[in-house]
Amino acid sequence: MDEVFDVMIVGAGAAGLTAGIYASRAKLSTVILNEGAIGGQMVLTNEIANYPGVETTNGFVLANTMKKQAKDFGCKIKSNVKIVEYKLNEKIKSVVLDDGRTFSAKAVILAQGGRPRSLNIPGEETFKGRGISYCATCDGEFFTDKELVVVGGGNSALEEAVTLTKYASKVTIVHQFNQFQAFEHAVQEAKSNPKIDFVMGSELRGFFGNGKLEKVSIENLATKDLFDKKVDGTFIFIGYLPNTESLEGVVTLNERNEIVVDREMRTNIPGVFAAGDCIAKRYRQVTTAVADGTIAALSASEYLRTSK
Amino acid sequence: MKLLQTAVHEIETAAELEKIINENENVMVCCGRMGPMCIPVYDVMEELEEERTNVKFYSMAFDSPEAGIIRNAPMCSSFMGLPFTVYYKNGKMVKATTSIQNRKQITDILDEHLS
Repeated sequence: MDEVFDVMIVGAGAAGLTAGIYASRAKLSTVILNEGAIGGQMVLTNEIANYPGVETTNGFVLANTMKKQAKDFGCKIKSNVKIVEYKLNEKIKSVVLDDGRTFSAKAVILAQGGRPRSLNIPGEETFKGRGISYCATCDGEFFTDKELVVVGGGNSALEEAVTLTKYASKVTIVHQFNQFQAFEHAVQEAKSNPKIDFVMGSELRGFFGNGKLEKVSIENLATKDLFDKKVDGTFIFIGYLPNTESLEGVVTLNERNEIVVDREMRTNIPGVFAAGDCIAKRYRQVTTAVADGTIAALSASEYLRTSK
Repeated sequence: MKLLQTAVHEIETAAELEKIINENENVMVCCGRMGPMCIPVYDVMEELEEERTNVKFYSMAFDSPEAGIIRNAPMCSSFMGLPFTVYYKNGKMVKATTSIQNRKQITDILDEHLS
């Protein structure tokens, strides 16, 4: 039989890496299986200024530090794997990879994280990188002196809209509701920026252009009126989706496909825990993911100790 | 001077790139920064280096003046998203993509153009 780890963690974002640090430091044999980039959503953040005890850094640096900490404590990390099957109901739990390999453990922590939500409207895939972007710090300079639309009303949308005014001549924020979900300081900063205006209660319906984005179609949700707006670019910040498609029917998910956990990060299956952006919760920050990962690892440790 | 923190070998000069594409049948180059759209592409390339031995994988720093050979390539003329990822077959650029790409999108291109 292949090696049976004490703890198997699925996902290597802030939650998964933190769980890896805590579990391996507790001398539990630990493996992290990761399907995407190490760091998860953390590496999508160019500047992290509010991680306590760490002066302003970027997500890549913070993720790599966490990865090194986990490995230094003995945690094994397998990247770019594809899990095709979960077997979590037995005492020894296992996952099967697409290459046929099986990894087994006595406890599992699910920390698959999330991914940026897309609009899924006509033209979005066609103009990705040709006017449509999901990262202001990556692509903002391509739009120097250009007119932009930013879609969304949360913290990311408003903060990135302000960032984009460093480059763009004008930024129009399009939001489906008539009020923002962002923190008040972000709302005030956007509202006081003379380069930003707002189209509220509206949604984009399509992207159009010839080789590059040239206009968007916007619908006023109250009047149902459609109008076109000439733009050079559109940045989309409309939240995240949990990476839990492969867990349907495996653990209990809520109506938003988030994993349901209790305060100790326990799922409905004994010995299976979850942490980070894939669980049902309100606030999604690096700090909250780190807290989730810590609790999940400590709970897994207790489970291993008490279930012998 | 190397600017990218990735295990994918970094090309530092346009002359080095020219030499590589002239000496190798299949070459993939990701021209980017250490940003959130670029890092996932480097990660996929690191993995594919072991699996696709018929393809040579390289990175190049987008902000290097030497990377103008990619930034100004006709196939990249409409690009407005990092990274610019280019594919060469027998010294000729046969495909280019802009912005983040996942493993399947990359392997589909390798299968179609660099097999």
